[in-house]
Amino acid sequence: MALFVVATVLVMILVGRLVQLQIFEYAKYRTRSDENRIQVEPLAPPRGLIYDRHGVLLADNRPQLSLSIVRERVSDFDALVGELRALIDISDGDLADFGRRLERRRRPYEPVALKLVLSEDEQAVLAVNRHRLKGVEVTRQLVRNYPFDSLFSHAVGSVRRVSEQDLQYLDPVRYSATKFVGRRGVERFYENSLHGEVGYRRVETDAHGRVRRELEVNRPTAGQNITLHLDSRLQIAASAALGQRRGVVVALDTRSGGVLAMVSNPGYDPNAFVLGMSSQQFASLSQSRDTPLFNRAISGQYAPGSIFKPVVGLAGLASGAVTWEDEIDDPGYFQLPGQSRIYRDWNWSQSNTGGQGITNLRRAIYRSSNVFFYDLATRLEVDELAAFAAQFGYGHKSAVDIADASEGLLPTRSWKLEVKGEPWYPGDSVNLGVGQGDLLVTPLQLATVAAVFANRGARVRPRMLLASDRPLSEFDPPRPLPRVQGPSADDWEQMVDAMEDVVHRGNQGYGNNGTAWAYIGRDIGYRMAGKSGTAQVVEIKQGEEYDEEELDEYRRKHAWFIAFAPADDPVIALAVLVENGGAGSSVAGPVAREVLDAYILPQLAAR
Amino acid sequence: MSDQDFVRRLPGAAAMAGRGRLVRIRLDPLLLAALLAIIGFGLIVLYSVVGGDQALFTNQLVRMGLALVAMVVAAQLDPRLYLRWAPFVYAGGLLLLVLVLVMGVRVKGSQRWLDFPGLPRFQPSELMKIAVPMMVAWYLHERPLPPSLKDIAVALVIVAVPAGCIVLQPDLGTGILVAGAGLAVMVLAGIYWRWIAYAAAAVAVAAPGLWYLLQDYQRQRILTLFDPESDPLGAGWNIIQSKTAIGSGGLYGKGLLEGTQSHLEFLPEAQTDFIIAVIGEELGFVGVLFLLGLYMVVIGRGLYIATQAQNTFQRLLAGSLTLIFFVYAFVNIAMVSGLLPVVGVPLPLVSYGGTSAITLLASFGIIMAVRPQRAW
Repeated sequence: MALFVVATVLVMILVGRLVQLQIFEYAKYRTRSDENRIQVEPLAPPRGLIYDRHGVLLADNRPQLSLSIVRERVSDFDALVGELRALIDISDGDLADFGRRLERRRRPYEPVALKLVLSEDEQAVLAVNRHRLKGVEVTRQLVRNYPFDSLFSHAVGSVRRVSEQDLQYLDPVRYSATKFVGRRGVERFYENSLHGEVGYRRVETDAHGRVRRELEVNRPTAGQNITLHLDSRLQIAASAALGQRRGVVVALDTRSGGVLAMVSNPGYDPNAFVLGMSSQQFASLSQSRDTPLFNRAISGQYAPGSIFKPVVGLAGLASGAVTWEDEIDDPGYFQLPGQSRIYRDWNWSQSNTGGQGITNLRRAIYRSSNVFFYDLATRLEVDELAAFAAQFGYGHKSAVDIADASEGLLPTRSWKLEVKGEPWYPGDSVNLGVGQGDLLVTPLQLATVAAVFANRGARVRPRMLLASDRPLSEFDPPRPLPRVQGPSADDWEQMVDAMEDVVHRGNQGYGNNGTAWAYIGRDIGYRMAGKSGTAQVVEIKQGEEYDEEELDEYRRKHAWFIAFAPADDPVIALAVLVENGGAGSSVAGPVAREVLDAYILPQLAAR
Repeated sequence: MSDQDFVRRLPGAAAMAGRGRLVRIRLDPLLLAALLAIIGFGLIVLYSVVGGDQALFTNQLVRMGLALVAMVVAAQLDPRLYLRWAPFVYAGGLLLLVLVLVMGVRVKGSQRWLDFPGLPRFQPSELMKIAVPMMVAWYLHERPLPPSLKDIAVALVIVAVPAGCIVLQPDLGTGILVAGAGLAVMVLAGIYWRWIAYAAAAVAVAAPGLWYLLQDYQRQRILTLFDPESDPLGAGWNIIQSKTAIGSGGLYGKGLLEGTQSHLEFLPEAQTDFIIAVIGEELGFVGVLFLLGLYMVVIGRGLYIATQAQNTFQRLLAGSLTLIFFVYAFVNIAMVSGLLPVVGVPLPLVSYGGTSAITLLASFGIIMAVRPQRAW
């Protein structure tokens, strides 16, 4: 009997324990049981697609197989790696990267990528041996794909794998499933819209982390598809025209400022950033003397050379310092009063010491007389010239949606005092008159300048975005720019005529043809206006002759050409730069012609 | 009491034979009903745990059938036979235990099984759960009670030798249960409570020394009991998951087949040692209480039969076997709910596994055999 009492007491202890667990602490254990089994998995949104103006895909998504490891399910990692290596190729670099990824913040049982790119064959081998490979998962995810490889690398940009640093500024929830983030170009500027909204699914997992059941799915919202001004046919033509040469073609729609083509050579294959590259591959890209990762079109800053002359001419007309009728005698060199230094014309050489002769503004443009503009620039107040040039986009960024564009440099008196600690010398004005000295521009800025001439003073902002399904958060419609103030309508027309002469004035005898006529103007079927430029990379000392052959390739002059067409009713304006290419008319001019042909001729044929 | 008394009563038993088949074939209806209820309840829960695994469920069904046959057979034997056979069963069992240590089959790091060709593999330590209390009862039944110190010493040796062999296998859980069964007989024999108190005090003093004798995993189990969170993925995992399973069941449970802890494999050993956690999770507080109630009926009835026994041997045997059953149930539930360290004790008649069910039901057969026919 006593024993039964003892037994009863002991049973009451058990009952007490059950009451404690199941009644008083029920909520706690219920929660714990749910947390045990319910995992929230973020779902990455498909990245928005990028189209060109004709609906050609410039960036899309394609499925990619990768090999991941659930570390929690692997007891002997080294043994597993040994087994995997017997089946597929896993480099030491893959292992080192895996180690780094493992160190990052992550959810328990979250698969960590070991090999980012699996071929179908490798996947098949793994599938056959699946039973031996506990904790190994082959996952299929959508990754960025650039169908044109390097063609649009600088225009569209690229994505890269989200890094630890990225996670410090990216919204950790929004990017919880995202593997790639826009790194350059359009991909970067419109990252927010292209990314889309993360979804999630609540799944029931067992103690081994395997998903047993889907409880709730909240689908991700795909990123916005966007359409760019880019014209892939024109881009192909521009790239072909440049060929293997280092250089840039930037073409704008003259009415909207939309970027029709943007080639910066050399480019890189943006798909390599998606697939992942070895550190050697990256080093060879980032340390190459040809800087393929550098977008020359928007970030490269160069002296414009003679491209600046039409702006100086209009500034002179606007200020009254010169008229279309004024003439000078160009002896082939220029001297400031009381100074011995000689500023030479571009066609000066030991054998040809003569100049352009009697030269007015129009002739000074189509013959690209240096002496005329040396003289004119000394008669202009530098700050007024700078203020006038600024209206064309010199010295500042006017692009709507192009990140990382450089501002260039438009020197003024205060700038020189501040930065160089020197006053403005008359010699600085002489150099500025022909676009040398401290003046720096980007090819994008010069394309904009070409568009301003094409529009007879109406300014446009360069822009990439043509259309999107819905308004984009990044796109803040900018104020329209005012017209360039100063020149009269007649001044604009005459200046355009002078620039047409650059291309079309021919058969006038030696020294009287447009500078580019011999190279591009003989057989052209439409009216094109242009201006060549040849920018010094190194200063040529007094009395020395510039000898291209003797100069190291990277110290040779840059060849420039800006143009627009058709001259009377322009639809396209462009800037061409061939780095260290030599003379603008002969080297950059034909590139410009080829690109314009590709755009204009089909339109003419259609009419 | 003596055998003579028993013989004298036989005609009476014959006279009562007409009262029913169950009595004629010597079964205790109340005890039988309670046992069948526990077995049925256990099978339902097992069915839920193993889900689609029909083979596992059928296995258990067959084993329970076999165990019930063993019970019926044990109940038909003359209780005097048990008295006569006690020393031989004990000696035989001891021999088998030694054989296990010499040539047993090693499974999961311990050597517990004997595998003779032509015979099913079996665990001699299970036999000792009955043989040891039987032997202690045999030793004490003709001596003055309460037992003298010398008798207690002899009884302790009877208990310690087989228990020691089992612990060496190593199988601490069964060793303790076998020792407990022997000690239960001594307690039933009316040992002085203060001696028990002294022994308890001695154990407490010796505990630090015992600590060093334990295997690492055994120490870990004790440490884990006090702080399961200290090693949530290792040793603490089992107990955290079983508490979570029980607690999350609440008052009425999640329903059969709906237990997430067991079906998603968070709960280890769900169909064997930790099956009470499944009951707690799926059937809730009410379900566990129901099972506890059934256990109390069995224990109450067993102890009642013991008090009605006709001689000291039978009383000690029936009482101790009932107590062992209780200890099983108590230790298992206390362990799974985190009150005692995890030792490998199955939940009697519910956990998946045959050997212990056969031993248990055989012991209830013995209890039923002991039951005087006039009782009821």
